[in-house]
Amino acid sequence: MSDKLNTNKPWEPRIIAFFCNWCTYTAADLAGTARMVYAPNARVIRIMCSGRLDPQFILTALREGADGVLIGGCHPGDCHYQEGNYKALRRFTLLKRLLNEMGIEPERVRMEWIAASEGDRVQKVMNEMTEHIRKLGPLHLEPKAAAMAAHGAGAARQGAPV
Amino acid sequence: MSASDSKQNGAPKIGVYVCHCGINIAGKIDVAGAVEFAKTLPNVTVAREYKFICSDPGQELIQQDIRDGKINRVVVASCSPLMHENTFRKATKAGGENPYFFQMANIREHVSWVTTDKAMATIKAKALIAGAVHRVAHHKSLERTRVPVNPDVLVVGGGIAGIHAALTLADSGKKVYLVEREPTIGGHMAQFDKTFPTLDCAACILTPKMSAVRSHPNIILWSYSEVSQVEGYVGNFKVKVRRKPRYVDETLCVGCYECIDKCIFKKPKFSDEFNQGLNLRKPVYIPFPQATPLVALIDPETCAEFRGGKCKKTCAEACERNAIDFNQKEEIKEIEVGAIILATGYKTFDAKRIPRYGYGKYPNVYTAMEMERLVNASGPTGGEVLLRDGKKPKSVAVVHCVGSRDENTNRYCSRVCCMASLKLAHLIHERTEAEVYNFYIDMRAAGKGYEEFYDRLLAEGVHFIRGRVAEISDWATTPEEEGKLIIRAEDTLIGVVRRIPVDMVVLATGLEAQADAEDVRRVFNISCGAEGWFLERHPKLAPVSTFTDGVSLAGACQGPKDIPDTVAQAGAAAAEALALIDKGFVELEPNTAYIQDEFCSGCKTCIGLCPYSAISFVADKNIASVNGALCKGCGTCVAACPSGALQQNLFTDEQIYDEIKGVISYV
Repeated sequence: MSDKLNTNKPWEPRIIAFFCNWCTYTAADLAGTARMVYAPNARVIRIMCSGRLDPQFILTALREGADGVLIGGCHPGDCHYQEGNYKALRRFTLLKRLLNEMGIEPERVRMEWIAASEGDRVQKVMNEMTEHIRKLGPLHLEPKAAAMAAHGAGAARQGAPV
Repeated sequence: MSASDSKQNGAPKIGVYVCHCGINIAGKIDVAGAVEFAKTLPNVTVAREYKFICSDPGQELIQQDIRDGKINRVVVASCSPLMHENTFRKATKAGGENPYFFQMANIREHVSWVTTDKAMATIKAKALIAGAVHRVAHHKSLERTRVPVNPDVLVVGGGIAGIHAALTLADSGKKVYLVEREPTIGGHMAQFDKTFPTLDCAACILTPKMSAVRSHPNIILWSYSEVSQVEGYVGNFKVKVRRKPRYVDETLCVGCYECIDKCIFKKPKFSDEFNQGLNLRKPVYIPFPQATPLVALIDPETCAEFRGGKCKKTCAEACERNAIDFNQKEEIKEIEVGAIILATGYKTFDAKRIPRYGYGKYPNVYTAMEMERLVNASGPTGGEVLLRDGKKPKSVAVVHCVGSRDENTNRYCSRVCCMASLKLAHLIHERTEAEVYNFYIDMRAAGKGYEEFYDRLLAEGVHFIRGRVAEISDWATTPEEEGKLIIRAEDTLIGVVRRIPVDMVVLATGLEAQADAEDVRRVFNISCGAEGWFLERHPKLAPVSTFTDGVSLAGACQGPKDIPDTVAQAGAAAAEALALIDKGFVELEPNTAYIQDEFCSGCKTCIGLCPYSAISFVADKNIASVNGALCKGCGTCVAACPSGALQQNLFTDEQIYDEIKGVISYV
């Protein structure tokens, strides 16, 4: 695509955000209604509950070209489905360890509890996250993943750079 | 429904409709560019722009393209799906396709309204459109299941809001459970003397409604009770109500006061909550003469029998009907209802939080609620406005905005205090002929007859000083200030700091969310806003609904409100419940989980994860099985399934993976 972000322009972080329907997605709507301007770098994917978040979604997002992933759920104790956010937190904690072992800065993936009324918090987190990823620089996992696929899984097992 | 038997509608032909939303979107996003971009995306056969796609002609565009066979899937890039998803699903259906062959890209709330740079906004909008296009290609035909609605309603809170909602519902023939935590219904309104601006006697207009509740055949009134647990969903809630022991049998007591007269405590000795602690009650008491139900209760904290176990129990002897029961225990009632109305009200601001106003330090500094009781004929002074030493005040200050419009306490305006202060100023002036000074920031008299009431007060000779009070002290600097309370405030209209000595001060304390609003909202699975008030579904268009279907709000639990607004909202909440009940069924979103039997290895990982016990194990097939009626559609089990056998309708793995690719691969 001719207008692909980052071609002929200084690099801009690209972030994928997974927001739960009941708290964080609603909070992002509220930020919109209140016209709280924030960094345009995160693209939001709506899921019903942060508990739906398969860690592979995050890995896929990074592999497909995202420089960071933001996860938004209800505050502990406030989950619309009682405890989906706790399940998400458990998986997130494990995933961060895995990222570290893969050589990806774990802070590229961030989890935040944002309630439906906290539009200002969406603004703050979006800005913080964008600036943080900007400092970390591009992830560039996409070409590496492609190279790895070309070498076959065997190369990865032998410790090919990922 | 499983994936295998869901109908497909052939190879995807996707129509993309990008909305201008006037200039809301078009002012920030290059809509034409987004449409041209959409045309290059896989499976897109039609891409159009329109000023307002939610309008009838806008929806007609979609329907016509479906009827013409140009498209069989729809993407609308406009506002939030929480706003218009249903509109466009219906349009898709009206065109002749299953409504779930639809996906929305939120380019207004999430893009145009929060981005300043037009180029960046357009890029983000394109990314979201690409995500939706990718996703909708994997959508499947789905059906909503219908579940019958239980026609009974639970109303929580017996103030004027709960009373009005309960009566409206009961009059229409619905069975209502009215649960009130205090020993009597009536709420704050029962404590008021007069209501502004008409100066109607609060009790005179409220108590008939309270009696109507008591005698209504369709209302089950549980006072001194609290909701402890709510399960289920819209149309079918299972509720547990904790009935606290009164130690008096409600079915036997007739409210004759005999037990109170014969209590071992000859004189009242304990703080009377109903009268704001301005006088005393006995351990066995009736909160006020019109209490509903008119049933005595025993306070175990102060009763000699409960404290020492050696009381002569003269109250029990005095009761001819043997209503007193020291062994009464807490009781849990389980009920099933289809709709819930929350009318849990507010608490008044604790004036001690502003120490410079001297509440709790100077005896003649009162709160507005205490003054309501003082001017009330059935109050502790029989309606006379008296200082603590029993003398009549010659000058009284009414201080507005105590705990409202203040960076240090609450930033919001409590809405009712200006008018309540005017009312109290009028009553005090009328009863005592004292000089009354109102200290206000702005006079907020927006309401029917409110400004006229303010004019009346101006004509009555009540003084108005525009300025927030800095301090209230007893620090006299001149002989005429001796023994007085000195108000220091800037009179901003003449630009000088004034010292005004008065005998008595009334603090117009603001309204705050109930102390346990956080606990209550958890029980009902709703949200609170930043100030602690229950959060409505939409501040303009759904101010009575919550994000939990079947739970609506009435009165000040949603935000400060005067009585007319409270009653209006209570009526609206009752109408919401009636609409739900009279429809007779609810349609559940088909986003439930399902198992692809052939992939399930029977590992049981999912079973323990489900908070609703919707997954069971089928031993003879060695697979798990989801009960669609119990599944609420969170997808937690789906994310955990190691073999990918579990999927969630509307949120399948392939839908989400392709949405990820869509939002990141193009721009």
